[in-house]
Amino acid sequence: MSTLVFLEHHEGELQKDSLGVLGKAAQLGGDVSALIAGSGVEGLAAQAGKYGATKVYVADDPALEAPLPQPRVDVAADLVRRRGFDTVLFGATVLTADVAAGLAARLDAGLNWDLVDLAEDNGKLVGKRPALDDTVYVDVGWKSEPRLALIRTGTFEPVESGGQAEVEQVAVELEDFSTQAKMIEQAHEESEGPSIEDADVIVAGGRGLGGPENFALVEELANALGGAVAATRAVVDAGWYPYSTQVGQTGKTVAPRLYIAVGISGAIQHKVGMQGSNLIVAINKDPNAPIFEYADLGVVGDLHEIVPKLTELVRQRKAA
Amino acid sequence: MKIAVCAKVIPEQARRIDPETKRLDRSGEQALNPFDANAVEEALRLKGDDAHAEVVLVSLGPERSLDALRKALAMGADRVVLVSDEAAEGSDLVASSYALARALEREQADLILFGQQANDSDGAVMWAAVADRLRRPLISQVAELTVSDGALRGKRQTEFGYDVIEAPLPAVVAVSDAINEPRYPSLKGIMGAKKKPQATVSLGDLGVEPDRAGEAGSRTEVYAIGDPPARGETQRIDDDGSGAEKIVEFLLERKAL
Repeated sequence: MSTLVFLEHHEGELQKDSLGVLGKAAQLGGDVSALIAGSGVEGLAAQAGKYGATKVYVADDPALEAPLPQPRVDVAADLVRRRGFDTVLFGATVLTADVAAGLAARLDAGLNWDLVDLAEDNGKLVGKRPALDDTVYVDVGWKSEPRLALIRTGTFEPVESGGQAEVEQVAVELEDFSTQAKMIEQAHEESEGPSIEDADVIVAGGRGLGGPENFALVEELANALGGAVAATRAVVDAGWYPYSTQVGQTGKTVAPRLYIAVGISGAIQHKVGMQGSNLIVAINKDPNAPIFEYADLGVVGDLHEIVPKLTELVRQRKAA
Repeated sequence: MKIAVCAKVIPEQARRIDPETKRLDRSGEQALNPFDANAVEEALRLKGDDAHAEVVLVSLGPERSLDALRKALAMGADRVVLVSDEAAEGSDLVASSYALARALEREQADLILFGQQANDSDGAVMWAAVADRLRRPLISQVAELTVSDGALRGKRQTEFGYDVIEAPLPAVVAVSDAINEPRYPSLKGIMGAKKKPQATVSLGDLGVEPDRAGEAGSRTEVYAIGDPPARGETQRIDDDGSGAEKIVEFLLERKAL
């Protein structure tokens, strides 16, 4: 195999998911290269070496500063054509999904998305894809090369191998249509603590909180656990919490070590976004809430009573 | 202004993958992909009462998809172009985006809209493949859209917040389902929908070569269908005042604290 992993970065850091995919590529074997596209990103190359890349291609150009997909398709297509990679992997994000699909069209290459595993079976690469609200798992493959894949958020943990990568600058030549979309403004939500993609622990709040002011309960518990805060579609739509924290079918898919669902009924649209979590704890006053069917531990009760007490107990434990 | 909305018709209850063909079982009642209703709504909003503006639905699917597409006509779209061909069955992203791009080329729309995702395949990438084939600028995950003076401005939702992106028309936009609340068709709309133009075209009509459609034109395949990994046992307790303590005990036992 000769694999290229597209590495996404944000504010001078390579994304954890991208590094996790890089580690998986290294585990599958063969030549593993990485592509970092951006402006002023050369410094990120060394980090990629530590996580499994033996070669890092850096496309550094002011035209790549904004996180827009089409110029990245040009860069990746050019690189794949010249170097003949047989596999190109992406950790799925809003940006990389568009890059991967644009690249599939450009190279007439197969793209499988939402994969939760990759394995080699008698020389054939096989991806695992949950379908129909994750009620079935489908083994998918590719009929030609290059083979393109988008890996679901939170699937692979980064593995530090301590290696060093050779760095090569690649020329950036862009199509006219690729540079027509222009970034006018970027508004990033400030949040304390880890993002929900990177967090080991997530505390999520739903409509059962009763109002936006009660998110403080969720934030305090997350804070005590060193985790991130997530929200359901219903409360994001109601304006209680920002979209960037939305977990579920139309938001993010997360798979933390611990997911605590507070006042969340756990309908299928939410379930598909978090059921990959290692451990799920649910607190809800409705004994018939669907979340109790799949939570490892469900507590039927008043979240206003339970959550502050839980926060206090966690704080005591951590302080001890 | 001419707006094309790419709409997908999906099984109303997609619950089964056919073990024989390894494709989604598409029998039973059909419905407009609910996320595409947001794209239709946005197109109608942009059209407003401009008598020269047109909203055309472009879809890929079997002939009987027309029944479900009429829902979008009933909302107010002007006509349908359905690419329908047995040879297109089993098309993956590469093959579908090629046929769709060919159909869209004929329409020469100023703006091409997609919904956020397909509810049957969970696919959320078609627009990027189509934009690349048409060589048009692309903005996805758009929660607010304005069009003026031959350009558009979209507010894109991302993992980190919001981006505001501008692009000249013609362009491709995928809207988020947060962008609007799709209207319900009125009785008058439903009555009028049947009379609106509904054209069916074949792959041959579009000049799509047989080896670029269906399974022959696809680059991905399905090997097997299995069960999801089983979760461990679930336990449920009623809070008797010691709920918080029990959660802590459980977390310690599972080494999660």
